[in-house]
Amino acid sequence: MMVPLLQESVTTGVELQQYVILSSILFSIGVYGVLARRNAVLILMSVELMLNAVSINMVAFAVYTAPTLFVGIIFAIFIITIAAAEVGLALGIVLRVFRNRGTANVDEIDSLKW
Amino acid sequence: MTEVFFYIFAATVIAGGLGVVLLRNIVYSALTLIASLMGVAGIYILLSVEFLALVQVLIYGGAVMVLILFALMLTRTRELKDNLDGDQKPLAAVAALALLGSFIAAITQTTWPRDVNQITTVPFNDIGNALFERWAVPFEIASGVLLVALVGAIIIAMQEEGER
Repeated sequence: MMVPLLQESVTTGVELQQYVILSSILFSIGVYGVLARRNAVLILMSVELMLNAVSINMVAFAVYTAPTLFVGIIFAIFIITIAAAEVGLALGIVLRVFRNRGTANVDEIDSLKW
Repeated sequence: MTEVFFYIFAATVIAGGLGVVLLRNIVYSALTLIASLMGVAGIYILLSVEFLALVQVLIYGGAVMVLILFALMLTRTRELKDNLDGDQKPLAAVAALALLGSFIAAITQTTWPRDVNQITTVPFNDIGNALFERWAVPFEIASGVLLVALVGAIIIAMQEEGER
C-alpha cells in the first residue's frame, strides 16, 4: 500500500520578502546585462538570469502563499522548458548570423537600420 | 540554520550574476553563469521544491550551459581584445538601478497578506499529478514547442549548399 505524502507546513527563518528581494536583484542584473552587453551570446545569458529570477519569484510565492494550488511551481517548470527551447533556437540564429556577417555583436548587425 | 544557507545561496546567485554582466572575458562569464544557476538550484531546495532543483541542475547546468559554451566556441572572433560592452553602458546601469530601486520600494511598502514565515512543502507526487492531470494539455503543447524549436534550430544552423 502506498502511503500518501502529505503537505506539511514548516516554519523557516527566511521570509517571503527575502526571496522576492533576491529575485528582483537578479532580475535587475539581467536587465543591465541585456542593455549593456553587445555580444549576442552574453545577452542570451543575461536573459537566462532574468528567467531564473522570475522562476524564483513564482516558486517563492507558490510555496509561501498558495500551498494547495502551487501553480507557481508548474509555471517554473514551463519557464524552464521554454527557456531550453529559446536557447536552442536563439543560438542557432546567432550561429547563422555569425556565419553570414562574421560578427556576433548586435550593434554591428544593422542592415535593417535606415 | 536555513537563514545561513539562504544567504550563502543568495550570495552565490548574485555574485554569479554580477560576473556574467561585468567580467571582461566571455568564457569566464559563462562559467560564473553556471555558479549562479547552481545557486538558484540551492534556493529551490531551501523552498522545499527538490524536483525543480533537480530539473535546474540537469537542464541548466547540463544542457543549456553546454549549448552556450559551444556557441561561444563557434562564434569566437580572431581579435581577442573585443570590447564586450556597448557605449550605452552608463545608461543601462541607470535603468537597471532605477528598476531595482522601484522593486525594493514596492516590496518594502507592501503589507503581506498571510503569515510569511510558513512554507508548505509540496511532495513530488502532487507535482506529478498536477502536471499530468490539470496541466496535461499545456504540458503536451510545451513538448510540441520544444520539438518544433529544436528542429527549427537545426534547420537554421545547417550548412547550406555552396556556403563557405
